[in-house]
Amino acid sequence: MYRFALGRILQAIPVLLAVITVTFFLIHSAPGGPFSADKAVPPEVIKALEEQYNLNQPIWQQYVSYLGDVVRGDFGPSFKYSGRTVNELIAAGLPITAELAFYAMIVALVIGLLAGIGAAVRPNTAQDYIPMTAAMIGICMPSFLLGPLLVLVFGINLEWLPVSGWGDIPGDKILPSITLGAGFAAYIARLSRGGMLEVLSQDYIRTARAKGLSETLIILKHALRGGLIPVVAFLGPAFAGLLSGSFVVETIFQIPGLGRFYVQAAFNRDYTLILGMTIFLSTLIIVFNLLSDMLAIWLNPKLRHEIKGAK
Amino acid sequence: MAILEVNGLKVFFHTRNGTVKAVNDISFSVDSGETLAIVGESGSGKSVTCYSLLDLLPKPPAKIEAGTALFEGNDLLTCSKDQMRQHRCNDIAVIFQDPMTSLNPFLTIGEQLIEPLVHHPDKDQAITRRSAKEKAIALLDEVGIIDSQERFDCYPHEFSGGMRQRVMIAMALITEPKLLICDEPTTALDVTIQAQILELIKKLQETRNVAVIFISHDLGVVAGIADKVIVMCEGTIREADITDNIFYKTKDDYTKKLLSAIPEGAKTLPNRSIHGSPLIDVSNLKTYFKNQSGKKDNENQFVKAVDDVSLAISRGEILGLVGESGSGKSTLGRSILQLAPATSGSVKFDDQVLTGMNAKQLVPWRKRMQMIFQDPYASLNPRMTVFETLSEPLLYHGLASKKEIAQHVKQLMDDVGLAQAQLRKYPHEFSGGQRQRIAIGRAIATKPEFIIADEPVSALDVTIQAQILDLILDLVEQHNLTMMFISHDLSVVRYISDRVIIMNRGVIVEQGDTEGLWARPKEPYTKDLLSAIPLADPRSERLRIATR
Repeated sequence: MYRFALGRILQAIPVLLAVITVTFFLIHSAPGGPFSADKAVPPEVIKALEEQYNLNQPIWQQYVSYLGDVVRGDFGPSFKYSGRTVNELIAAGLPITAELAFYAMIVALVIGLLAGIGAAVRPNTAQDYIPMTAAMIGICMPSFLLGPLLVLVFGINLEWLPVSGWGDIPGDKILPSITLGAGFAAYIARLSRGGMLEVLSQDYIRTARAKGLSETLIILKHALRGGLIPVVAFLGPAFAGLLSGSFVVETIFQIPGLGRFYVQAAFNRDYTLILGMTIFLSTLIIVFNLLSDMLAIWLNPKLRHEIKGAK
Repeated sequence: MAILEVNGLKVFFHTRNGTVKAVNDISFSVDSGETLAIVGESGSGKSVTCYSLLDLLPKPPAKIEAGTALFEGNDLLTCSKDQMRQHRCNDIAVIFQDPMTSLNPFLTIGEQLIEPLVHHPDKDQAITRRSAKEKAIALLDEVGIIDSQERFDCYPHEFSGGMRQRVMIAMALITEPKLLICDEPTTALDVTIQAQILELIKKLQETRNVAVIFISHDLGVVAGIADKVIVMCEGTIREADITDNIFYKTKDDYTKKLLSAIPEGAKTLPNRSIHGSPLIDVSNLKTYFKNQSGKKDNENQFVKAVDDVSLAISRGEILGLVGESGSGKSTLGRSILQLAPATSGSVKFDDQVLTGMNAKQLVPWRKRMQMIFQDPYASLNPRMTVFETLSEPLLYHGLASKKEIAQHVKQLMDDVGLAQAQLRKYPHEFSGGQRQRIAIGRAIATKPEFIIADEPVSALDVTIQAQILDLILDLVEQHNLTMMFISHDLSVVRYISDRVIIMNRGVIVEQGDTEGLWARPKEPYTKDLLSAIPLADPRSERLRIATR
């Protein structure tokens, strides 16, 4: 298993290098720069700023020195938030976004698994059709539509829950978590239904029935492990997606998380912030994919055995 | 006294394409301690009958339309879900066909063995894990699992097919059932393993006095162990009688057809005149694969699928290649055709060395040697019509122009006995036997000189098998083919081959002309193989089981 993980981490290095290189040259080739503004700024001021941030050097030199910094874990200073480094900005936003993503994940797992497993146990009945239709709608509905709808119903009409903020008023974390988690719940519902249906049609489920086990035991013990492997494999990308996709939800609910910085940085041509965020999120995606792959392998005794054997 | 009495059972499948009368009004009974064999070809309803007793059919589409199945006086077909759980747990157990798919790959075999005891529907009958484990280990010993203590915590993939079936048998017996249903328990196993498993079932039945329903497509398998036999066809019972009457005094045409389809005895056609230099000359061929799992010491680094094999096949000869699963027989076939790269050694075709040629150099040779694969369901492209499948090799090798192609393909259809009207159909529209005819047509399309047939009839029913074997013999005669016929089934090989090679663990154990080898096998392995063949003759089978 360690060998497998090490191999995957080594494979991640060229991927990250490619991400850095493509992003670096893409943003530098975009028109405008961090210091082009509506107001005319005297050229000597721009020159001084560019000198301060090393923007006057040839681009390949900037690239090499940036790479050197990244290897040391330093994403450099932000161009727009003067006096603050990219590392500081990420450190400030990450805990909030991570918390939001974590709650959204719980929402997604609880709703998604209940709906998906329930549907698979009684396929082609109301218990299947209703949640699966809801899941289809959930996949189709973007969070910038679902968020305001929830706010309208539960915040303004019913006045049950606060409509914005994070950790200011009790209950203000509920709506953003549901908004962010809903789409993923829908995916998980569909994946778990598919996985469970596949497993429930296997010969060994028939064997378990023939042994006189109860349906509950058959589902919980015999079917779940195999049936949820697709879900487990999805968890990694899903969690990374929750972290990087929280921008819309953070904007709707006025949450001071990571997503905000990311989008503003793109508009501001805040080169270091864009790059830093991209590298950070890519790393997260790679790590979470690795973790969920390892979990999926560990859940399957045959694969576990083969990985062990290869050691 | 009858432990199970089935009366007027009807099970229909209601599908989109209409109603399939899988089981149509059948009645039978089993006494305790008795073995009832239900024999029939695929689709005869034999498995459906037994699954309906335990409510194991998917409903819908299956529906029990009529009938009763009284187990000790209680009707299995109308009992409640809870009562059915009691029956499954206490009274009736099943050994399924395929031990590869019937055990849960995610749970240790120990866990799977003890769970019906630990989670018994009657709380006061449930026993602790510890005492269940003791019982399971004793049973594993009894069914012949060595090191049962350690093996208890192993997963199914760590066992061979035969060992898995032993685990499956232990699993069925752990609840001490009164009726044991065996659904083709040996079909997926090698012939020597099959003999062992049959003996084991027979022995366990005698010590426990359980009733057994033994489902099989193979009359030879049931000959030695059944007290009564039911012959089923298309959902109805054709004949039901005590075993000897079925085998020796049958009046039913269908039973006669089944019995006569079993390949028995020597090849009826005379051996063909064998002339000139050998067409195929294999010398010191080795094909090794990198070992994917297990320790990487020098000993186990490679799986020696084919280990130093030399053989020659003369023009016009049918060479039978026999071996059990894992013996390397299929790999040898693929290596001769240059489909699996050989590690060392050489293969000569018509005095030309093929080993070492690249894909492009091989093209003209490919035309002259073809292969027929085992599974006609898997080896035909499901998205190509028969016409496309048959015309592809002709066009690729430039043997026919676009204009002539239809004529060529129609000729091929005639050769393999398929109606020309079926040219535009897709493989799934054909039965297994017809598909194998298509696969044979594809192989002979390029008018090859040499064909390797890799278990071409082992996925087929016995009556279809007989037809396909005759077709192959015909084509060999007509087109003057040379053939290597790979099979695990010795009776089939004897029926078709001029000469036989026995392979085991990658090496040739013994070879010789077919009848000579049958009459005087020299190697102990060959003797074991030959003595394990089940014969469709109850008297000699019983004698053999008794004397072993």
